[in-house]
Amino acid sequence: MTQGAALPAPVAPGAGRAPIVDSRVVGRIALLGAATLGYAVILVPILFVCWLSFFSNEIVTFPPQGYTLRWFAHIFDQNNFVSGFLTSLQVGIVAMIGGLLLGIPASLMLARGRFPGREALNTLLVLPLVVPGIVAGTAIYVFQIEIEIATELPLLGSRAGLVFAHIMITIPWTVRLLTASLAGFDRSIEEAALNLGATPLRAFIKVTLPVIKPGIVAAALFSFIISFGNLEMTLFLIAPGQTTLPIAILQYLQWRIDPTIAAVSLLQIVLIGAGMLVADRYVKLTRVL
Amino acid sequence: MARLQLTALTKTYGDVRAVAGVDLDIPQGELVVLLGPSGCGKTTTLRMIAGFVVPSAGEIHLGGRNITRRPPWKRNTGLVFQSYALFPHLSATENIAFGLRMRNLGQAQIAAKVAEVLRLVRLEGLGDRLPRELSGGQQQRVALARALVIEPDILLLDEPLSNLDAKLRHEVRVEIRELQRKLGLTTVMVTHDQEEALTMADRLVVMSNGQVQQVGSQRDLYERPANAFVAGFVGRTNFLHGRVEAPGVFRSESGLAIRCDEAAAGNGHTMALRPERLSLATTPVPGADNCFAGTVEFASYLGGILEYYVRLTPQDRLMVQATNKLGDPAYVVGDRVHLYWPAQASLVLAGDGGSTG
Repeated sequence: MTQGAALPAPVAPGAGRAPIVDSRVVGRIALLGAATLGYAVILVPILFVCWLSFFSNEIVTFPPQGYTLRWFAHIFDQNNFVSGFLTSLQVGIVAMIGGLLLGIPASLMLARGRFPGREALNTLLVLPLVVPGIVAGTAIYVFQIEIEIATELPLLGSRAGLVFAHIMITIPWTVRLLTASLAGFDRSIEEAALNLGATPLRAFIKVTLPVIKPGIVAAALFSFIISFGNLEMTLFLIAPGQTTLPIAILQYLQWRIDPTIAAVSLLQIVLIGAGMLVADRYVKLTRVL
Repeated sequence: MARLQLTALTKTYGDVRAVAGVDLDIPQGELVVLLGPSGCGKTTTLRMIAGFVVPSAGEIHLGGRNITRRPPWKRNTGLVFQSYALFPHLSATENIAFGLRMRNLGQAQIAAKVAEVLRLVRLEGLGDRLPRELSGGQQQRVALARALVIEPDILLLDEPLSNLDAKLRHEVRVEIRELQRKLGLTTVMVTHDQEEALTMADRLVVMSNGQVQQVGSQRDLYERPANAFVAGFVGRTNFLHGRVEAPGVFRSESGLAIRCDEAAAGNGHTMALRPERLSLATTPVPGADNCFAGTVEFASYLGGILEYYVRLTPQDRLMVQATNKLGDPAYVVGDRVHLYWPAQASLVLAGDGGSTG
């Protein structure tokens, strides 16, 4: 804005140009400040959780009276945490695979198909993101009761019922990530494969899948994380006496607020972080996300 | 390698006839270029030969076998894509080996063939690179090698040079042509670039609106264009509209009586005059079949060539190209000149030629 004023006459340098330099510096500082604030809001709670998990006092107070590792040992004494972790792991993996098996064909249709209602379908598949977990949980609970009454299949409280629900909430992620990686896909390379003698199936396996692999890995990772961390919906659908890790944490919190929870969270963060790092070694996730 | 025959090949999309009854017979070892403006149906024709577009009517025979309904992966055609379409996740070597793997060849055989074709396209030592680590020209050669290594019955080139810079394009043009001759490959190439077409083809097929306008050699197309479209598309041309008044006389709408070949068809309504077939003189030329007075309206000095626009009548302005020979007069804007040419240079054609070059 002040540039116009600085233009007309070749006056002594410095006098007229100083404000321009100043406003740039101010802009840079403002950007840096905003970025710092943004990162702080995201990272401080996580860092706090990590810090808390080493506090030695049973009731969390500041400053800590000392540091200890016993909360980590404590986790493994709690059968709930161990079995919850295993259940979450199983459900997460099956939901991830199921989500990909449904998400890949769906994404192919959405990214390539030309049919009426494509946009509507695209929106529909993202809806599970919008519906609050409690609402979705209630709805699926009621739905499963109705199905069980109608078909006499023991769906309610079954592992299959839980996995189906988890697959549903992974779909928006798989579809979003996969359609994104299919959007930039040059279809002539599939034609090249066909031209060179590959059947459509072989072309898909040898060319299409490897090229969209970053999208698939990202989709798999996110599906797993979403399923692994889900609490609200799972609460409605889990069989009595069974737990997933988030439920185990919730149950523990009802009686005690010692740093065990922080320790569990830290382990979870480390686990998922490691997963992302390993995945990133094979495909550059930054290219898809 | 094999002979390719297209019989009444047609593709319609709804009411649109993208390709309308193309007949073409390409003997083994010939390089034929399909030439035409975008949307003329040349690419659709190529894609029908490759099997990516199913013809609405007509037949395709390759090496004597009817392949009209055969899927792309059972045709044994080698297609080089405009975008090269290299597999981005595979090295140059693996890109080239792809077709051989699909044919279930042994590992040793594949390695030998790939090494041979890498040498052929002069890419030795670059086999381990990924496509994105290669230059445009190198990618192009990988694409060519990938198509050649499967020993296709026919090589198909879809605007293979359009993504290369001008200098490289000249080199690759010659390279592809020499390779094609050496291997005796039956080849169909699609391009909209007439210079590319003229330098590479044994025979050219000019297409427009889904139809073949003319098939012939470079000389045929340039000197004996079948219609005004071909005359306008291949090389630069002046067009005059009018009708054949008497055998050997064409009367332009502006009233000029132009002498032409006596055999000129009576139904022709357009005359095409190549700019380099016209000559300029300061005085009337006695004995010339055609000689008209005019005024230089525009003059360009192009080094080897001098280009003039000469106004003959309020409606007619002709472009003239003169070679820049020592001693020839150089005209300037406003000069009164005499424009003359022999009757054989007057081409009477059907059609209106569209915009002139």
